[in-house]
This record gives sequence, structure tokens and C-alpha cells, in this order.
Amino acid sequence: MPGLEDLYREIILDHYKSPRNRGSLEPPAVRSEGHNPLCGDEIEVFLVVKDGIVDDIKIGGQGCSISQSSASMMSAAVKGKPVEQARALIHRFKHMMSIDEGGEEPDTSAPLGDLEALQGVVKFPVRIKCAVLSWNTLAEALDIAAE
Amino acid sequence: MSFDVQKVRADFPVLAELINGKPLVYLDSANTSQKPNAVINAMTHFMQHGYAPTNRSAYKLAADATDKFEGARAKVAAFINAPKVHEVIYTKNATEALNLIVRSWGSANLSAGDAVVLTHMEHHANIVPWQMLAAERGFTIRWVPLTSDGLLDLSNLSTLLDGAKAFSFTAMSNVLGTINPIKELCAAAHKAGAIAIVDACQAVPHMPTDVQAWGADFVTFSSHKMVGPSGIGILWGRESLLDAMPPFLGGGNMISDVKVEGFTCAELPAKFEAGTQPIIEAIGLGAAVDYLTAIGMDNVRAHEHDMTVLALNSLNDRFGSDITIHGSTDAALRGATISFAYRDVHPHDISQVLDQNNVCVRAGHHCAKPLMRILGSNATVRASFYLYNTPSDVTALCDALSEAGDFFTL
Repeated sequence: MPGLEDLYREIILDHYKSPRNRGSLEPPAVRSEGHNPLCGDEIEVFLVVKDGIVDDIKIGGQGCSISQSSASMMSAAVKGKPVEQARALIHRFKHMMSIDEGGEEPDTSAPLGDLEALQGVVKFPVRIKCAVLSWNTLAEALDIAAE
Repeated sequence: MSFDVQKVRADFPVLAELINGKPLVYLDSANTSQKPNAVINAMTHFMQHGYAPTNRSAYKLAADATDKFEGARAKVAAFINAPKVHEVIYTKNATEALNLIVRSWGSANLSAGDAVVLTHMEHHANIVPWQMLAAERGFTIRWVPLTSDGLLDLSNLSTLLDGAKAFSFTAMSNVLGTINPIKELCAAAHKAGAIAIVDACQAVPHMPTDVQAWGADFVTFSSHKMVGPSGIGILWGRESLLDAMPPFLGGGNMISDVKVEGFTCAELPAKFEAGTQPIIEAIGLGAAVDYLTAIGMDNVRAHEHDMTVLALNSLNDRFGSDITIHGSTDAALRGATISFAYRDVHPHDISQVLDQNNVCVRAGHHCAKPLMRILGSNATVRASFYLYNTPSDVTALCDALSEAGDFFTL
């Protein structure tokens, strides 16, 4: 049976207690909102895309340690990166969470960094939705920004 | 009859299960209850020896199945003191029963300019159907607010009810545990000329129910919360109201005649029971009613009252200012459903640690988001006790909570 330490790695608790890129951005930044209807977790993603680059990102909302740390790590991972790279990371992260969206197998050659710590979530299927919430919300924000 | 919780526990096979070698501490009965052998065996026996269609075939097996199916209805009617057995309608669950009231009675009686009164402690099942119809019809919904200790604030009730056509409220909050003054609320509704609808999903399993003493017009509840199977619920309504209402779902069983020009409805209760019914589930519900009746609902209520006092005292003694328990501190005013916040640890994270100790609680918004907004949080931990819970379950909850506190303050 997987233990708590498989789920709550130290780096996860660190992101939970000191979330990165926390806050909001005014328009023209785009905003998207994600809800986990099961537990009430809420995530807001504020996003500025400039010249195909994720120029700025802020995270709002409230939720459990898994959803909040995942959002924090995500924001750190995509900030300053090209949009295409951000989309590829979303695909790769969801694949790591055993969510099969079809399409190509993600390229797993680059190191995942802090995000690696969330791998243990897969052993707790109920919590996968918590971990993925912010990533779905980011995907939606990228779609809005592309309009 | 004296109440012996250990004897009760022996009736529920799942409570003897070990998960990872440790006993199960089931504190999620407000969500759904566990099932006794009496219910399991009644359903199994019926499937093995007596299963057949009801109310439509002439052979002996079908006639016997119909007797059992209708017999279960009579048991439910007696359990809630319904004046007439055919006022008891089988539904899928309490949610469907509430939707039936709104779609059938509501469609026939509500239009723009009308008002319906709900409370801030309702489950989504007693909010969303009204909002759906209000969006079509343009009637308004008024809300009875709450006091700071989680009771209904009735100071303005007569103003809120003035001119309203229906007052629909929960008998007991699924989040706060608050037991509402059902009789008084029904009387207030009637005084204002409104009908009284009681969502008794959290009450019927836990205390004696007397729809006549309550003075209600409609009462809804689910079998799965009262040691019966899932898949069946009950709408009880006054005959005169049910007779005047249009049907809800159309199909087989609910008609008297169908011609190419149109149809005529069957008599109660068939009028509201379209299609093949949850036959096996009705047999199970009947067995659940027998089981609870034999134990005695006064005994169930008394046991849960004791569990509430113990749980409130234990949580407060052990965690003091680290814990915020929502709702009333007076066990006489509440059931054994206890929602709380613990330090600033998120309810999901708490339930995860509790789960490592097989302590099953619900973490989330409990399908009562308007109430959660009033409590100023988007989730709570909810531990809910039933007739099979013991003082050692309270200890297990406290121990696991203490572990969660240690873990998240590393």
C-alpha cells in the first residue's frame, strides 16, 4: 500500500506552503477558471502571451495541497517558455497522470524538475483530478489567448 | 428493547472488513449508509426464489412478487405514519422525488410573480430543480438565512413566506447537522397559504418520522441512507395534491389508457411510477424498514445523540482552538453529522491521512455550495455517525486527526 510520503513529497509541501506566481493579472491578460465539482477546489489562471511566449502567469483560487502545489509548479515550469512548449508540457503531465488523450506519446527526454515529485499522485487515483485541475485550466487560458 | 451497538455491528458484514489489516471506521453515513444482513439476504432471497415483474403479469410468481413489492410500500407508509399507502411513491432517490415535485406540482402551480421559499442550508437537490423551473417560469426564490450557530434564522419568516406558494426545507442539514423545527415550519407555511415540502433525506434514517404530526404536504427521502439499497427513494404526498398534479415521467405502468389521440393516467401510486420499478430495491427497502423498526427509531436517535455529545466533547477537548466545528454545540438541536475545519489543513489532505487509518469521512462541499459560501470555505471535513458507530470510532477519528496535524506541520 502506498504511504503518505509517496503522495506528499517534501517539494510538494514546499510549493503548497510557499506557492510561486500567486496572484492575479489585469486585462489584457486572459483569465480562465477551473473547478473540481467533487471537492470544490478552484483554480484561476491569469496569462499573458507575447510573441508566442508565456510572458507572465499568475495563479489564484484555493484548494488542497496537491492542486495548489501542482498549480505552483506548473506556473514556474511554463513561465517564459514558448506556448508550444507549454502545451507539450500539459500533454506530458497529463500522460504522467495516466490520462490518455490520444495523440503522440509525449517526449520525456527533458527533465521534469520539481514536477517529478507529483508522479506519486498516480498511486492515489482520487487525487489525480486535484493534480490535473490547474493544467486543464492553463490549456483553456492558452486557447483563449490564441483567439 | 434495549439497544446494543455491538449486536447492531454484527448485523453489518462490511464493518468486520479489514483493510490493510486494520478495521474500518465508517464515518460517512450522511453520504450513504452500510447495509445489514437482513437487507442483503432479503434482496438475495427474492432474486433466488421470487423475482418476477410487478403489477402486470397474471402468473403466480408475478402475483407473489407484486405482493412483496406492494408490501414494502405498506411498510414504508407505516414507518412514516402516512395516512394512505398509495400516497407513498417509489422514485429513484430523494433527488428524483424533489424533481418530481418541482416538475409536476411546480409546473402546474408556479408562474411569474410567484415566490418559493428555500433556506440557506439546502442540499443542491432542493435548490437546483427550483432554479431550473424558475429560469423557465420567472418566479422568484426567497431564502431563509442562518444564525451564526447554524440554525435557521426565523426572525423574518412570516415576511419571507408572505405570498409564497411553497416552502421547501431540509428536516436536517447534511452539513451542519441542524435539526429544523419541522412542525413549526410546516405550520408557518400553511399560515401563509404555502404548501410545506420537507426534504427528510437526513432525518428519516436517524429519528422517528411522522408526516402527519409534522403537518407536511410532501416528504422526500432516500433508501440508501437508511440501511436500504441504493436506486430507490420515496416521495410521500397528500393524496389531494398528488391527484391534482400532472404526471412526471410518461411511459408504461403510469397510464390507464393510451389511444392515438392521447392518454389517461393511472391511479396513485402508479400515476407517478413510469416503467419497470426498482423491484429488488423495494424488497430491500422493506427489509431496511423492518430492521430499523425492530431496533426502534427512538433508540437510534438516542444512540446518535450520545455519539454526538461524545464526538463534540472529544474533538473540542483534544484539539481546542485548532478545530472549528460548524453548527450548533447543543446535541439536542442536531444530528450526528459533524462538519469541521482543522487548523489550515485542507479537508482533502485531512481525509487522505484519515484514509491511511481506514477512517472514512467526506471532504468537500457536500452538495451544499450556497451554505459553504456562507461558512466562508469551499470545503469541510464531515464525519457522520449512525446506529453502528461506537465510542472507539470517535477515538479513531481523533487519533487520525492528530496524525494529520503532525504530518502537515512538519
